[in-house]
Amino acid sequence: MNASTKPKLRVATATLAGCFGCHMSFLDIDERLFELMELVEFDRSPLTDIKHCGPCDIGIIEGGLCNAENVHVLQEFRANCRILIALGACAVNGGLPAQRNHLSLALILEEVYHAQHGLVDGFIPNDPELPLPLDKVHPIHEVVKIDYFIPGCPPSGDAIWKVLTDLLAGREPQLGHGLLHYD
Amino acid sequence: MTEDSKIAASFELDGKTIPFTEGQTIIQAAMAAGEYIPHLCFNPEFKPHGSCKICTVKADGRQTASCTSLAQPGMVVESDTPALNEERRALLQMLFVEGNHFCPSCEKSGNCQLQATAYELEMMSPHFDQFYPDRPLDASHHEYLLDLNRCILCSLCVRASRDVDAKNVFALAGRGIKTHLIVNAKSGRLADTDFSGDDKAAHVCPVGVIIKKRVGFSVPIGQRSFDEHPIGAAPHPDNRDD
Ligand code: SF4
Ligand code: SF4
Ligand code: FES
Repeated sequence: MNASTKPKLRVATATLAGCFGCHMSFLDIDERLFELMELVEFDRSPLTDIKHCGPCDIGIIEGGLCNAENVHVLQEFRANCRILIALGACAVNGGLPAQRNHLSLALILEEVYHAQHGLVDGFIPNDPELPLPLDKVHPIHEVVKIDYFIPGCPPSGDAIWKVLTDLLAGREPQLGHGLLHYD
Repeated sequence: MTEDSKIAASFELDGKTIPFTEGQTIIQAAMAAGEYIPHLCFNPEFKPHGSCKICTVKADGRQTASCTSLAQPGMVVESDTPALNEERRALLQMLFVEGNHFCPSCEKSGNCQLQATAYELEMMSPHFDQFYPDRPLDASHHEYLLDLNRCILCSLCVRASRDVDAKNVFALAGRGIKTHLIVNAKSGRLADTDFSGDDKAAHVCPVGVIIKKRVGFSVPIGQRSFDEHPIGAAPHPDNRDD
């Protein structure tokens, strides 16, 4: 690293109850990743495989909360990240996983593992390694304070780039028409 | 109305002079002059309902719904101010959390006035806790479905069915947070009413409740009306039906 450059900002990312699509969209910033890597270094992230989040400047969370582990990861990020960003529909309002919220959890588990046609001797998994599902799926701002939101399913690479470059330049992030999307 | 009363009255909207004729509401005159005031339950083709309050402006210092308040000569109206937009945003956020608005799978996405107004007012999150209500979906009619998860109770379908179609297919029932849309059939099913795709009521819903079957995604997401133009600059912000 060039010693005369500014210290790099530390960025952590995680996927909770999401589909990884937002992370894929993040990679859609394509060759701008090189530019980004001049300015930031990654802490915990699916891109680094670091298992726990240390002190960071920016944390980016994809996905909502559907189980106890999601809540623990979110709390670890909030405790360590100066700025926490909700990335994508599921983090912002629960998204697709929250479509289960009008059904009872017991009914869903019963249907998926037991009752569904074609299942033989099905049983509901109960391994201590498995995080317990939450009764309802929740967006992340219902549990910790979120500083910025990037809606979209997924948000475009351009929207993610806009927010990151605004933040890196010390500007208040703003998505105008064309970048602010809920779909 | 006499010819005289029709001329040369005007009021001020965010510093611009807006002409009006007697009997026009603030929003009617503003729209006629090409100015956008955010609104949801107002549609220029129907009598105002005054329920959503998104169109709230400050007229001579008093907050009022611009879709129900008559324009007055010399009135000073503020609309596009940070304080009013903040309140509008809070109202939108409440509408979002009270229903189930999962835009990525909604046929109306990109043509939806609620969504487009939320873009216009830069609503970045629902802010409040989600209600996740359990609301029904009625797919009984052969041509149309009703997804009540997205109803914002604007009553436009009620007004259209009653005042234009003379059918009374729709009504709002219940009070307060229990208010909900019902259809005029003992069974409660749309298929058992005289609703038809030719009704005006089939084409007025500003959100994704009254949905024509089998065409929902014929125009891809990303290429729809409000993807092209923000609602404040759209040529015809109401009656999206594509
Ligand atoms: S009705 Fe509008 S706001 Fe609601 S889900 Fe559909 S597109 Fe989104
Ligand atoms: S169905 Fe649509 S038009 Fe009718 S009250 Fe609900 S939101 Fe309004
Ligand atoms: S548009 Fe005026 S109250 Fe709804």
